[in-house]
Amino acid sequence: MLIVAERINASRKAIRAALETMNAAAIQREAVDQDAAGADYIDVNGGTFPGREPELLAWLVDTVQAVTDKPLCIDSPDSAALAAALPKVKTRPPMINSINLERERFDRVLALALEHRAKLIALCQGEGTPATTVDGKVALAAELVDRLTRAGVALDDIYVDPLVFPLGTDSQSAQVTIEAIGEIMRRYPGVHTICGLTNVSHGLPARKLVNRTFLVAAMSRGMDAAIVDPTDAQLVSTMHAARAVFGRDEYCMGFIEAFQAGRIAA
Amino acid sequence: MADAIEAVRNWVIGGKRKEALEETQRALAAGVDAATIMKDGLIAAMSEVGRRYSSGEFFLPQMMIAARAMIEVVPVLKPHLVGKAAEKRGKAVVGTVAGDFHDIGKNIVKMMLEGAGYEVIDLGVDVGPEKFVEAVRKEAPNFVLMSALITLTMESMRRTIDALDAAGIRASVRVGVGGAPLTQKFADEIGADFYGEDAYTCVQACNRLLH
Repeated sequence: MLIVAERINASRKAIRAALETMNAAAIQREAVDQDAAGADYIDVNGGTFPGREPELLAWLVDTVQAVTDKPLCIDSPDSAALAAALPKVKTRPPMINSINLERERFDRVLALALEHRAKLIALCQGEGTPATTVDGKVALAAELVDRLTRAGVALDDIYVDPLVFPLGTDSQSAQVTIEAIGEIMRRYPGVHTICGLTNVSHGLPARKLVNRTFLVAAMSRGMDAAIVDPTDAQLVSTMHAARAVFGRDEYCMGFIEAFQAGRIAA
Repeated sequence: MADAIEAVRNWVIGGKRKEALEETQRALAAGVDAATIMKDGLIAAMSEVGRRYSSGEFFLPQMMIAARAMIEVVPVLKPHLVGKAAEKRGKAVVGTVAGDFHDIGKNIVKMMLEGAGYEVIDLGVDVGPEKFVEAVRKEAPNFVLMSALITLTMESMRRTIDALDAAGIRASVRVGVGGAPLTQKFADEIGADFYGEDAYTCVQACNRLLH
């Protein structure tokens, strides 16, 4: 299970404030905490100050790399910001979050992914309104995988994100995403699926419980990566236990090691 | 009569559409004034729902079902409101800006405005500046309300305000902006009239500016 650590995101107030004053210490604290908690990739997102995103994203890369050797997930819909940040990445390969099927964005981000040999999060999202059915999501995933592999991206470098929408406004949204994950993993052996968890519980109480429950269900259909807060001990514990339960953890060694490292909150 | 209106209000707050509908029909049959049911029943209910949502007491689905209940009761009252106090409070054009397909926040604002008695023209998602300009020309609204959920599309708000300016109609409307990545600072910077931190404060701002 690949953990992409989500905390350094400009949509969070603390990060926005740190970006505003270019407070490197605050950013580095988040990076160190997430590294220690077991992040595989550390996501960096600097997008809340229009016009300054390339500069801030590049700064985030430098700032985070000063305290960790973990590879980074460069998070922006803007190819100019990605282009400013990617050349600075030291630990290979970087991950790009994200590409989708919008025409310009697809071409530009694909070019950057090929140039920097990056792993790619591919959102099931086209030009229009987002797909809200299993068939719709799978069709977008198929188009993404076909076009990316044809362009030379290895299947193993593609992390398809079928997107999940808030349950609070559509009771079927999580189930649709879960089924889409199963179908994508069945159709393209070797590809990865990934999801952010927080959107599913938007507007609901006890959000972390809903996020964890969704994570387990998505993992049961083969999802093998997630964009999460690795410092959330309950979430990470659930993830380790689910890996074992779904037969992806030989002799439960991953689970046991996590326990012995003090990462399991039972 | 006050009891009947209070019952309608409570059923709507609780999102019980069947009960809200039946109580409304009973009240109408008993001769309760339709405009009063509208104002003290439905509009008051949605205002209370907005307040509870804004304070964190209510969760998103609770607001959705309350709005759904209200939307089902309105057609029952409509025939009785003709020529009466059915006049709208004001008119608003709402939309999610170009390049952005997030509609949840925009829809909440729309429901809250309708609940507060506004006429709402919903332009949908991915709405470009020219569409806003066209709608302002055609509808002559009091408000233009724009939503954006991603940083990249926030710039579309600026372009829309500039386009309203260029079309010479900027002064005819009040422009409000909202959405997760927005700040008061950004709203000021692009020359919006107000920033709505959530749907409830947006409606309150509209009410304030209308007076």
